[in-house]
Formats: sequence, C-alpha cells, structure tokens
Amino acid sequence: MTLALDIDKLTCVRAHRVLFEALSLVLTAGAFVSLQGPNGAGKTSLLRIIAGFLTPAAGIVRIRTETGAILTDGEDRARAVGWLGHQDAVKLQLTVGEQLSFWSKLYGDGAAALAPFGLAPLAEVPGQFLSAGQKRRLALARLTLTKRKLWLLDEPLAALDAAGKVLVAQSVRAHCAAGGIAIAATHEPLGVDGLTLHLGGP
Amino acid sequence: MNALRSLIARDLVLALRAGGGAALALAFFAAVATLVPLGIGPDLKLLARIAAGVLWVAAVLAALLSLDRLFQADFEDGSLDLMALSPLSLEAVALAKIAAHWLSTGLPLTLIAAVLAVAYGLPANGTGALVASLLIGTPAVSAIGGIGAALTLSIRRGGLILPFIVLPLIAPVVIFGSGAVLAVLDGLASGAFLFLAAFSLLAVVLSPFAAAAGVRLNLGS
Repeated sequence: MTLALDIDKLTCVRAHRVLFEALSLVLTAGAFVSLQGPNGAGKTSLLRIIAGFLTPAAGIVRIRTETGAILTDGEDRARAVGWLGHQDAVKLQLTVGEQLSFWSKLYGDGAAALAPFGLAPLAEVPGQFLSAGQKRRLALARLTLTKRKLWLLDEPLAALDAAGKVLVAQSVRAHCAAGGIAIAATHEPLGVDGLTLHLGGP
Repeated sequence: MNALRSLIARDLVLALRAGGGAALALAFFAAVATLVPLGIGPDLKLLARIAAGVLWVAAVLAALLSLDRLFQADFEDGSLDLMALSPLSLEAVALAKIAAHWLSTGLPLTLIAAVLAVAYGLPANGTGALVASLLIGTPAVSAIGGIGAALTLSIRRGGLILPFIVLPLIAPVVIFGSGAVLAVLDGLASGAFLFLAAFSLLAVVLSPFAAAAGVRLNLGS
C-alpha cells in the first residue's frame, strides 16, 4: 500500500462566507501541490481541515497510510500530519537545542539534526535572540524530525533568506522522493515540481 | 509516558524561567499572607482563627494569577497545534499541563504556607492540618483552573473572565480546606478532609477531559 490523500467534494464556510465549494483532489505518494490564491481565499483553512483542526461544512478527507489504514476522523488524520504553520511555535525562554529535543521526545522520534538547517552554532541560544528567519529554520528542523508522511506547509518561505528558501525546496523534494506528500500554501514559487491548485478568484 | 514526562518537564522549565509566572504567584501569595497580620494587628487568638481562611484564599488567588496562560501562550505561538498533532492525546496534554502547574505553584505554595503560618501564631497541629489540606486541595485548583484556561484560551484578556468561570467551582475547596483546619483547632471530628480528598480526586480525574474539549473547540475556530 502506498500513501494517498483523497479530498472529496470539500466545502469550507467561514464566518458565513463560502471560501471554496466541492473541492476534490487525489494525491498519491511523492505528490507536491502548490496551493495558491489571494489573501483570504481559504488556503490556511484547507490545510487546517486536512490536519483535522477544522470540520468542513461538507465533504470528506481521507488519508490512506502506508499500512493500508484509511483515516477519515480528524483526530486520526492528525497523527499522520507534519505541520509547518505560519507561526513558528518557538519559545523565547528555551534554547534551540532544548526545543528540538522536547519536540523529538513528544513525537517519539530520533534525535534532531541541527546542522542541515544552519542551526548547529545556535544550539545554546535562547529563542528570544533568534531572528525571524532563524525561527523559521527551527520550525523546519522540527518538521523533518517528526517523520510524518503528509506535510502541510503554510507560507514556508516567509522570512527566509535565499539559502533558507533553497533549504525548504530541498527538504520538500527529499520528502516527496521518499514517498511523502507535501502541500504548501505559498505566494512565491517553491521551486519544486508538482501540481498547482488555485483557490478563490474568478 | 516519556512524551508526557517531557511535556511536564518543559512546562516546569518555562514556568520557572524568567517571565514564567510561577515566581509571580509565589511572591503574590507571600505578600498577601504577610500583609494581613500587619493589617489586623497583634491579636494572636484572632489571627490563629483566620489563618487557614486567609492562606487558602491567598493561595487560590495566587494560583489563578498564573492559570490564564496555561494554554494561551502555546495557542498564540502555534505550539498547541503541534501538540494536538503529536501522538499524545489532548487529554494527556491537558493532564501534563495541569500537573506542571501544580508542581510549579500548588506545591511550593503549600510549603511556603507552613512558614507563613508562624506569622499567624497557628499551633503545630493547626499548621499540620493546613499543610495537609493545601496538599490535598491545591491539585483541584490547578485542575479546575485548567478547564477555565482551556475555555478562555482564544479570548484576549481571558484572564479577566477566568476567575468568574472558575471561582464558583473552586469555592468548595476553600470552604472544606479551611474548615478542616478549624475542626482540628477545635478538636472536633469532621469529614472535611475526606470531602476535600474526594473532590480533589474527582476534579483531577475529570478536568483533563473537559479541558481537552475546550482546547479542541478553540483550535477548530
């Protein structure tokens, strides 16, 4: 069995406004989708529905795991999702090393690699001294340590420098090459081959 | 188990480091508890009678001070999303956060109360009863406060609403906590300790479920 994501006739209503209607999408292992659309088109809402945080007004999301299990319940889907939200979830009082070691214990996976993300010299630095781009790198390092198969990325390039953007593209490419699926809501091209899904607009 | 323990340890570190709130709660408790005898004057008999009530009220208010950020800080910076996606259930997350809150405020408050009781001329058996009642009752304060914190986590200035949600539910703890001490002082037999223990146990067992439901509601809005 291979990993698959099946979005079936999804409708999202927020604050009495229909953001998207009857959206269907089938993705299999290795797929990358660039989610595009103007502000407020429902990109983040779609990611939050897939992750199981939001309940759609209509439609269903199914994840088929590599073991063949079909996950439809939001809380079950949550256990398959690797999340890079638009917030970095960085604690100001904890050092980079402490934060990554905490998240790796919480997710029950191996040690986090600092070096590929340019974080090795920052291991002892508390979050409050990190720049916005460094926080983003920390969030990216955390995403890769969770070993989740379905990546949901919300504005992954925000605040990153050129080298950081290359790092995101490399990580996503490696993730998809290893049989994962990635969906990224983004305003600028990520530099990864895949589908483009436009939300909102005419 | 490992994940639960690491979440408790992380919340403890956050509570104890600068800006964490545990120190503020303890300082508030010590300040109120030392000011009251100064305001009332050197009537040792009166002070010994009101000691348990004053220290219990001060302890509950001090615990409430640090409760409003229990989930809110992690909600605002996105950490709560990542906890919801982790293998831990939200009920376990809530239990860990409540446990960390008790370890960083309830437990130290209990220990400090033993020292502060001296300022009230509380006899040894009364001090023992006070420490025992705080030890048994403060977990209920953290647990019930955790429900309020989960419900108000997305409200800006939720800390202002929190006491109104939580205080009516915590009132029995204060009544039976200080009542248990007075019964010991008067040499009366009372079931206050048993009621306190039963209430606390129930609160600690049920609160994680209610708090998790509150978090779920807020993450989906």
